[in-house]
Amino acid sequence: MTVHNLYVFDRAGTCLHYSEWHRRKPPGISQEEEFKLMFGMLFSIRSFVAKMSPVDMRDGFLCFQTSKYKLHYYETPTGLRFVLTTDLGVGSARDALQHLYSNIYVELVVKNPLCPLGEPVQSELFRSRLDAFVRALPFFSARAA
Amino acid sequence: MAIFSVYVVNKAGGLVYQLDHYAPRAEAEKTFGFPLDLALKVHDERVVVAFGQRDGIRVGHAVLAINGADVSGRFTADGRDVLELLSNPAHYPVSIRFGRPRLSSNEKLMLASMFHSLFAIGSQLSPEPGSSGIEMLETDTFKLHCFQTLTGIKFVVLADPRQAGIDSLLRKIYEIYSDFALKNPFYSLEMPIRCELFDQNLKLALEVAEKAGPFGPGP
Repeated sequence: MTVHNLYVFDRAGTCLHYSEWHRRKPPGISQEEEFKLMFGMLFSIRSFVAKMSPVDMRDGFLCFQTSKYKLHYYETPTGLRFVLTTDLGVGSARDALQHLYSNIYVELVVKNPLCPLGEPVQSELFRSRLDAFVRALPFFSARAA
Repeated sequence: MAIFSVYVVNKAGGLVYQLDHYAPRAEAEKTFGFPLDLALKVHDERVVVAFGQRDGIRVGHAVLAINGADVSGRFTADGRDVLELLSNPAHYPVSIRFGRPRLSSNEKLMLASMFHSLFAIGSQLSPEPGSSGIEMLETDTFKLHCFQTLTGIKFVVLADPRQAGIDSLLRKIYEIYSDFALKNPFYSLEMPIRCELFDQNLKLALEVAEKAGPFGPGP
C-alpha cells in the first residue's frame, strides 16, 4: 500500500499545499496547470454527483478509483478540499483526511497569525507535521520512501 | 440493495442508451395556506425550493405536482405558470408535492458526456503510469461503476453502495450489448440503441444481479 500525493485546495481553487511521496508518473503539464485540472475535475465531479444522486446527499463525493490509483476526497463545510491519492488497496482515508484538517491544518495554519488564509501555506512546521503524519499512516508503505 | 440506473456511452461521449431501473421515492406532499411559507425560485427550467426547509421538503427539491396534477418544468399540465399560480391567494389552500427533481433526457445526455470527460481527466491526473479512467466512483448515496471496452464504449451502472457483483454485471451487459445490439442488422453503430431484445435481456440481468445481493458471484 502506498500514498502517492496530497493536494489541499481552498474554496476559490487555490492550491494551498501539495506534497508527493511515491509518484512514478511525471505530470506532463506544469504544476500550476495540474492544480487547475485537478480542482476543475473535483468541481465537476461534485456537481455531476449532486445531479446523478437518486436521493438527497449528506457528504457527497467520497472517492473514486481507476485501474491504478484511488483518490480520496474530503471537503469541509468552509469549502476546503483535501485530496489524497493512494493505491487501490487502501480502504477509506476519510478519518485521516479529517484528522489532517482538524488537528494539523486548523492548529498550524488557521491558528497561526503569520499564515494568511487563501494563499499557499509557507509554514515549515505545517509541512513537516503533515509529512510526519502521512508517513505514519498505516497504509503508507516504507518501500521507496 | 438496488441498482438505480444504467448508461451506455459511445466512444465520442454520446449517450446511446439509458435505463432507470429503480428510483427511490423521496417526495413530500403538504397543504399550504396563503401566503406560502417557502421561498421558490426558477432554476434550470424548474421551480425549486430556495429557502424554508421543513417537513421533509428540502432546499433544492422541485415542485412535482399541485393539487395532485403533475407539473412539467415551470408549467402545470394546462399550461399555467407555477409561480404565478402560487402567488394568487384565490388558489389557496393548495396541496403541493415536492421531491428531488427527476433528470430530463437532455440532462442525462449532458451528464453522460460530462462523465466521458471526467473519465479522461481521471486517467490524465494519475500519479502512476498506465492508468485507466474512473472505474468506480463512490458517494454516500450511490456507487457508480464504469467499464470501458477495448472499442471505447462505456457501460455505467449506478447502484446502492452495498450492492455487490457489479463487475460481473458490467461484463454481462457488454455481452448483452454484443448479442442484441451489435448483432442486430438494423442497429447502426454509435447510434441510440432501440432494440427490444436488448431491453428485455438487460432488465433480466439487472434483476438477477439484484437478487444475488451482497454475496453474489464475484467478478
